[in-house]
Amino acid sequence: MAVSVDEAVSTGPARDHTPPARRLGGRGRSVLEVALLTVLAVVMLFPVLWMIETSIKENRDVYAIPAKFFDFKVTLDHYKDVFVAPDGGRSALSVSFLNSVVVAGASTVLATVLGVPAAWAYSRFAVKAKKDQLFFILSTRFMPPVVVVVPIFLMYRQVGLIDNKLGLILIYTAFNVPFTIWMMKGFVDEVPAEYEDAAMLDGYTRLQAFRRFTLPLLVPGIAATAVFALIFSWNEFVFATFLTSSDSVRTAPPAIAGLIGGTTTDWGLVAAASVVFALPVLVFAYLVRKHLIAGVTLGAVRR
Amino acid sequence: MSDPVPLTTDHPGQVASATPPAPGRSRRLGDRGLAVAFISPAMLLLLAMSVFPLLWALYLSFTDYSATRGGPANFIGFGNYTAILTSAQVHTRALTTLIYVVGAVGLQTVLGFGIAYLISRRTHGRGVLTTLFLVPMMLSPVVVGLFWRFMLDAQFGVVNSMLGSLGLGQVEWLTRQRTALLSLIVVDTWQWTPFIMLIALAGLTAVPKYLYEAASIDRASEWFRFRTITLPLVWPLLLIAVLFRAIEAFRLFDLVYILTNGGPGVSTETLSFHIYKVAFLGFNTGTASAYGILMVLVVIVLTQLYLRYLNKLKEG
Repeated sequence: MAVSVDEAVSTGPARDHTPPARRLGGRGRSVLEVALLTVLAVVMLFPVLWMIETSIKENRDVYAIPAKFFDFKVTLDHYKDVFVAPDGGRSALSVSFLNSVVVAGASTVLATVLGVPAAWAYSRFAVKAKKDQLFFILSTRFMPPVVVVVPIFLMYRQVGLIDNKLGLILIYTAFNVPFTIWMMKGFVDEVPAEYEDAAMLDGYTRLQAFRRFTLPLLVPGIAATAVFALIFSWNEFVFATFLTSSDSVRTAPPAIAGLIGGTTTDWGLVAAASVVFALPVLVFAYLVRKHLIAGVTLGAVRR
Repeated sequence: MSDPVPLTTDHPGQVASATPPAPGRSRRLGDRGLAVAFISPAMLLLLAMSVFPLLWALYLSFTDYSATRGGPANFIGFGNYTAILTSAQVHTRALTTLIYVVGAVGLQTVLGFGIAYLISRRTHGRGVLTTLFLVPMMLSPVVVGLFWRFMLDAQFGVVNSMLGSLGLGQVEWLTRQRTALLSLIVVDTWQWTPFIMLIALAGLTAVPKYLYEAASIDRASEWFRFRTITLPLVWPLLLIAVLFRAIEAFRLFDLVYILTNGGPGVSTETLSFHIYKVAFLGFNTGTASAYGILMVLVVIVLTQLYLRYLNKLKEG
């Protein structure tokens, strides 16, 4: 059967009579593709590897010309400098890391507490102009930070939230709530509403039905959503740099960026700080890899 | 009527607490109230932190207010808007932003789709490959900007070092007008190619296998299969990714701030970066607000477009 189809459709006889050559060509192509992928992967990962390498190089080797790829002395001094100040106390960087943990953590919790119930309500109830509301919610997330930061700055100046962790927490929450609602709405949509209907027939109220039957099923989704919110707040730079200034409030991104400038830059320290800063993100991102597409498109695309 | 009993036994943890309260409590009343109670806190926060500031900016955009000079804000009508729309400086920034958005998103799309296509043809190691390729996307723009600044350094940067050992000349990546914008595009491409790749890969793996099988029975050429099966099926999803990236690239600020600080000269100043300079270095809050409002309008149009396609994709 297949043969007759082949004969009927084949465009030229030459192809049919040279199967070994074709198979070889296929393998050659496969090798080429693997080689191409390897090259691309190396190019994509090289900056990350170079960052790690720089962070464990002695200063002399960091600035070596030509660059040293393998034969350098390994040192952990830069990592020590990230956490310990020259006088032996806590370094400004380590304080900023702690601030980042507090700000990102608190804003994530707040965004989850506000966003999950809203997502459930949007998923379950016939809310007026639901599409418009959801559009409005998402569009606040797309606002250019630089544009928002000007009036926020004036607003915070009025109420004394400039250079205050609470100010950062609030603005990060406001930027994470739209994401949480969109992402969670997808997860809630996947839980059949019949579960709640059935529970309500049993005499539970709607709220109890949500708490006892839907919420437990949403926990993995909530965890994934919270991890993304955490990553967004952790990585955020614009608000952090314009709304905070003192070492005791500053989060890690502006603190790391503050390492450059001046006449010389200790690139070894920058690299070590960057590695310490990026490591938790990569670990967390790996944990939620299943939901990565929904996460990075703000819950809009899911497969 | 659905039987509620299997539901409770499905979740053993809840069996103990599954003593239903007495039925007959009014729940009709509850639904509306519940929806309002659950949605309004989030909405209030958004109104306070996003809408109110924008309205304030809208008000300021019609005044000559300056945040540092203080003093009263004088109403000057559309003065700020006409000043911005007719300013040659702004036109330059708009052009820079356009080149950057088109260049970066274009490159990302081609590369990202290419990588996704190559990965989708592999049967082994797909998961590992995908994970490795995704690393740049998860990094903070601060880390990315700083690190590329180090790598592109004209003196001790590793990129020039490698060019040197290949016998090629040194390039002043970040300090020459042309190459600075190119560097910006390259770095953004490095960071966001994985994004396009991820979504393209989702599209590619969703193409039903039987279509390819049918095509190969028909002896369709590789290119023909790609053009008539792969591309049309992946394109709608890819478009979503491209639009999303375009919005993000349009409002880009942090990478410029860290990598080039707008320089040399004004060659890498995007619209966002220009607003920052007008607002925080020029202290023309009124002008900056008008500038910002105009950008927000563009973003809203783009977002609208993005959601249209998204809805079409979900329904189709």
